[in-house]
Amino acid sequence: MKIAICVKQVPDSWAEKKMVNGRLDRESVDAVLNDLDEYAIEEALRIVEPLNEGKESPEHTITLISMGPERTTEAIRKGLSMGADGGVLISDPALAASDAVATSKVLSKVIKDGGFDLVFCGTESTDARMSVIPAMLSESLGWAQLTFAGSVKVDSSAKTVEIARMTESGVETMSAALPCVVSVIEKINEPRYPSFKGIMAAKKKPIEGKTLADIGIDSASVGATGAWSEVLEAQPRPPRDKGIKLEDSGDGGTKLADYLLEKRLV
Amino acid sequence: MTKILFLVDHDGTKVAKTPGELGTFAKRAGSAVGVILANSGAGDALAAQLSGADIDRLIVVENDDIAKHGIAAAVSAFAQVVASEKPEAILVASSARGKEIAGRLALRIAGGVITDAIDFRSDLSTTQSVFGGSFTVNAKVKVGTPVITIRPSSIEAGAASAAPSIEKFQVTIEDKDKLVTISNSQPPVKGGRPDLTEAKIVISGGRGTNGNFAEVEAMADLIGAAVGASRAATDAGWYPHTHQVGQTGKTVSPQLYIACGISGAIQHRAGMQTSKTIVAINKDPEAPIFDLADFGVVGDLFAVLPQAREALKAKRA
Ligand SMILES: Cc1cc2nc3c(=O)[nH]c(=O)nc-3n(C[C@H](O)[C@H](O)[C@H](O)COP(=O)(O)OP(=O)(O)OC[C@H]3O[C@@H](n4cnc5c(N)ncnc54)[C@H](O)[C@@H]3O)c2cc1C
Ligand SMILES: Nc1ncnc2c1ncn2[C@@H]1O[C@H](COP(=O)(O)O)[C@@H](O)[C@H]1O
Repeated sequence: MKIAICVKQVPDSWAEKKMVNGRLDRESVDAVLNDLDEYAIEEALRIVEPLNEGKESPEHTITLISMGPERTTEAIRKGLSMGADGGVLISDPALAASDAVATSKVLSKVIKDGGFDLVFCGTESTDARMSVIPAMLSESLGWAQLTFAGSVKVDSSAKTVEIARMTESGVETMSAALPCVVSVIEKINEPRYPSFKGIMAAKKKPIEGKTLADIGIDSASVGATGAWSEVLEAQPRPPRDKGIKLEDSGDGGTKLADYLLEKRLV
Repeated sequence: MTKILFLVDHDGTKVAKTPGELGTFAKRAGSAVGVILANSGAGDALAAQLSGADIDRLIVVENDDIAKHGIAAAVSAFAQVVASEKPEAILVASSARGKEIAGRLALRIAGGVITDAIDFRSDLSTTQSVFGGSFTVNAKVKVGTPVITIRPSSIEAGAASAAPSIEKFQVTIEDKDKLVTISNSQPPVKGGRPDLTEAKIVISGGRGTNGNFAEVEAMADLIGAAVGASRAATDAGWYPHTHQVGQTGKTVSPQLYIACGISGAIQHRAGMQTSKTIVAINKDPEAPIFDLADFGVVGDLFAVLPQAREALKAKRA
């Protein structure tokens, strides 16, 4: 199997964010590997490691695919230090301000051309929080959609995948034949910390840089010009009023009740 | 007249609260047409539950392939209705399933997609609250038919002057949309309490409950609240994962959110910080949840909650 994992570099969740011209100012904040994508990397590693056990050259490989600015190599490097084999970074000035449609177009082109048969994703990027890319990849690739997986079973000889989909609608057991797109939820595993050996090895692993021209996508169809939706206006929310904070000295519950009644909240 | 099509969310037998809300948003722009995707024979009973909602027409699609084959099959059925109705915009309730349907549908009908809107106006533009509520963004789809997912409880559903008309619509699901087979589905365990995303009040418990949700639930029952939980509580198996609030759980925006024994990690805040009023009960005065709280009690939830409950009962009597 050739597994692709779509990983995104996102601003650190705790970082204060700025918006410039309706866009997130990505330059001004620390960037990290989207932590939900680490679960996808971990799950793929757990699938291929036993299959590759004892083989001279691994038959099953994991490639990290990301679309983003040049510094995204840092996020890819982190995934490589966990154990993935290589990375592809699609970076192009024309990609700035791409919407989900453009992102899915670029990622699915690279996946299709790369000869992969299984794609893993996180369930959402912690910045955009759209939770749509995995479903959109499945749509544009024409592959089976097995998303929001709380568990994944891959039968590499029968070439089938079964997952337990866990969402607010409950738990569904679903299966499909390869190729498919899988997204995993954060309950599926505990991602490993990169070992020192892993970090050293990652420095030598290949990250292939590609431009839009390299993958054969017209730059007018992506980025701000190609976007199918646009931000008209972005306003910072006024800061929350400073609240009341009191120490419970035996009457905290009564005071809470008074507050709720006075504000007509209950 | 501008026609807005929206998907009716249901669990097979019961219609959610969102269709009334989506109908009311649709009415701002023009006529409201709801689409029910159901198993054979289940459509009429679902449609009947919307007889009082602010909806002009209901289109009922009955096809057993939809529940059997997941999102792609639902998108196929929905897209066939869209092709026949040619609406000016499409609304779907924001949920894991709703957003996935919207994303796939957008590609299929070549329209732009906007997720998690909290407002929808007659010019088809939207408002979203992004980056954990720190920014309010107005956006608009500029190519194709807009596909917009709307957060539950973003509007008070209006009442109807007349019951919607009901029509049946036939679809065929092609093999390319039946790649996935669902062999088993277990709906979430529903107690008697309101649904998290639909409730006006949410009370959540975290690690501080130490696994004992009795006080949280007793307060919920007294004030008609839904019960939520932090990831620490769902991971420990103290509460079902379907009740998790946060980044990887549900996003709630009720009138009142009460956090009990929850520290207020960024991932938890992501799911509740747009709540109108936030109350926190926590032993640790330094807990970050207090930064958000309109009213915070530094204390033991097992002392504060029962006392508050008694006080509420006494004052009400
Ligand atoms: C990828 C990822 C996704 C995540 N998604 C989510 C998510 O969707 N939702 C979510 O909630 N978390 C999520 N988390 C986890 C999050 O980072 C925190 O670990 C979690 O929210 C902590 O839960 P807690 O506040 O209940 O526990 P803790 O952080 O342990 O806080 C417990 C609090 O209870 C207080 N306390 C203890 N006893 C009492 C008492 N008797 N009375 C009053 N107060 C008491 C303590 O002072 C403490 O502040 C995610 C994490 C990751 C990495
Ligand atoms: N720019 C990107 N590059 C690579 N993968 C991405 C990108 N954006 C989103 N993804 C993948 O899609 C998932 C869902 O993202 P989203 O739909 O943006 O919430 C993420 O967890 C990633 O696996």
